[in-house]
Amino acid sequence: MRSTNQISERDAPFQLRGNSFTVMVLKLMAPDDPSFFPQLLSKIRQAPNFFKNAPVVLDLEDLDEGAGPADFIDFVVTLRQNSLIPVGIQGGTPTQQAAAFEAGLTIMPTGRPSREPERDFQRPAPGRAPTDPLPPRAPMPMAETAAPEFQKTTMIITEPVRSGRQIYAARGDLIVLGPVSAGAELLADGNIHVYSSLRGRALAGISGDTSARIFCHSLEAELVSIAGLYRVSEDLEKTVFKKQVHIYLDDGYLRMDPLA
Amino acid sequence: MAKVIVMTSGKGGVGKTTSSAAFATGLALRGFKTVVIDFDVGLRNLDLIMGCERRVVFDFVNVINGEAKLNQALIKDKRVENLYILPTSQTRDKDALTKEGVEKILDELRKDFDYILCDSPAGIEKGALMALYFADHAIIVTNPEVSSVRDSDRILGVLASKSRRAELNQEPVQEHLLLTRYDPERVERGDMLKVDDVLEILAIPLLGVVPESTAVLRASNIGMPVTLDEKSNANQAYTDAVARFLGDTVEHRFMKPEKKGFFERFLRRTA
Repeated sequence: MRSTNQISERDAPFQLRGNSFTVMVLKLMAPDDPSFFPQLLSKIRQAPNFFKNAPVVLDLEDLDEGAGPADFIDFVVTLRQNSLIPVGIQGGTPTQQAAAFEAGLTIMPTGRPSREPERDFQRPAPGRAPTDPLPPRAPMPMAETAAPEFQKTTMIITEPVRSGRQIYAARGDLIVLGPVSAGAELLADGNIHVYSSLRGRALAGISGDTSARIFCHSLEAELVSIAGLYRVSEDLEKTVFKKQVHIYLDDGYLRMDPLA
Repeated sequence: MAKVIVMTSGKGGVGKTTSSAAFATGLALRGFKTVVIDFDVGLRNLDLIMGCERRVVFDFVNVINGEAKLNQALIKDKRVENLYILPTSQTRDKDALTKEGVEKILDELRKDFDYILCDSPAGIEKGALMALYFADHAIIVTNPEVSSVRDSDRILGVLASKSRRAELNQEPVQEHLLLTRYDPERVERGDMLKVDDVLEILAIPLLGVVPESTAVLRASNIGMPVTLDEKSNANQAYTDAVARFLGDTVEHRFMKPEKKGFFERFLRRTA
């Protein structure tokens, strides 16, 4: 899932965009163990190209209080010398997080959903950040090792979806080109797009994907739901009724915005 | 090549049997050899509306069970050349219908007839499924009110998934909308759905609009298909619908309340 957030001014000297990358997670069990780096190195030597300048996120989740690296800056520098580029940490106690932040690492949100971290932290001062000429990027082979647990599929329905019909797009998106009648039900693990009137029910992200969305050309639905959060037709606001609408979860709240 | 048409609706009481009788008569009047079959086993009505109830000896179920030959059960209409009725049993239920039995009869009828019209019972159960399973064309009978429209939508879904054409992945059943009991004045007042509202929801081509007419009830009660009642505007609506079905271009009418001048002209013409 790619969320793009473009700046409206076309002639701006830059563009801000959201994007998702697959990043390796280095789970720390005993970072101060003397055999930590030797063992890590032998692992890297097995596939030097794969690990070359690979960004990693350090996972501190299973570390005990105070069991983190004694000196984060040192630790980060050693990792960089071994061609890994730590970019952030996951989990950890506030003390560990502060130390990691000092070492130029960002705090990644924990858990599966790969949302863009939006923190109120100041970005690390440029001088403190370990310098590296290469921007972090995901090496190609890594995508395979860290791929999502299923192959995404998209189901496309070209005919009208009649009352009483139920369509389930397992493990992916559902795209419907015809109208969806009252009494019909659309289900998808991913997003739902309806390029016509949506009068039936639409349930996106039914396996719990909170980043799933629903798009439709005319919202007249009986019920819409994302990851289990639903709203029935009676509670739809007048401003979105029969409009082109985009429905998504925002901080646990089901938002419906008209498509411009 | 004989065509099988199913007259169906999902909802009951919208005018399937009346429309079947009228449509079959219309096809026969255009010179096509037509048979209309009553699939409403246990609630036999088509023979009443066709006015042949006193001539029923054997029925559809007898033929399926091999108790009678097909031409023993077929009743030839006395008024219209080329029109035949296959009545159903009043004493049995829908379980008497089997896919194999129905197929055998349809195959036999295909040899002799141009059009085979199946009058479906209401609902989406066995009787309705058997009536639509072998269809090439489906005429969806709908009244301009929400529950009828929703049930029609449902039956369109069934056609698209449970008909033989759907199961064999052939070209889908051709769908036609017949909007019956349409009262333009009540539509104008907002009591009834407009033609456009119905078309927007069902999204299938409009075959015709049949106005609400006292002639329909009268025709049913005297056992005469309304297509034979030359005075009624329902007759004209069905005749138009048959013509459109056969590929003629006929402008839709009976969709707007009649204006005075037109109304008078109309009275003079049909009186």
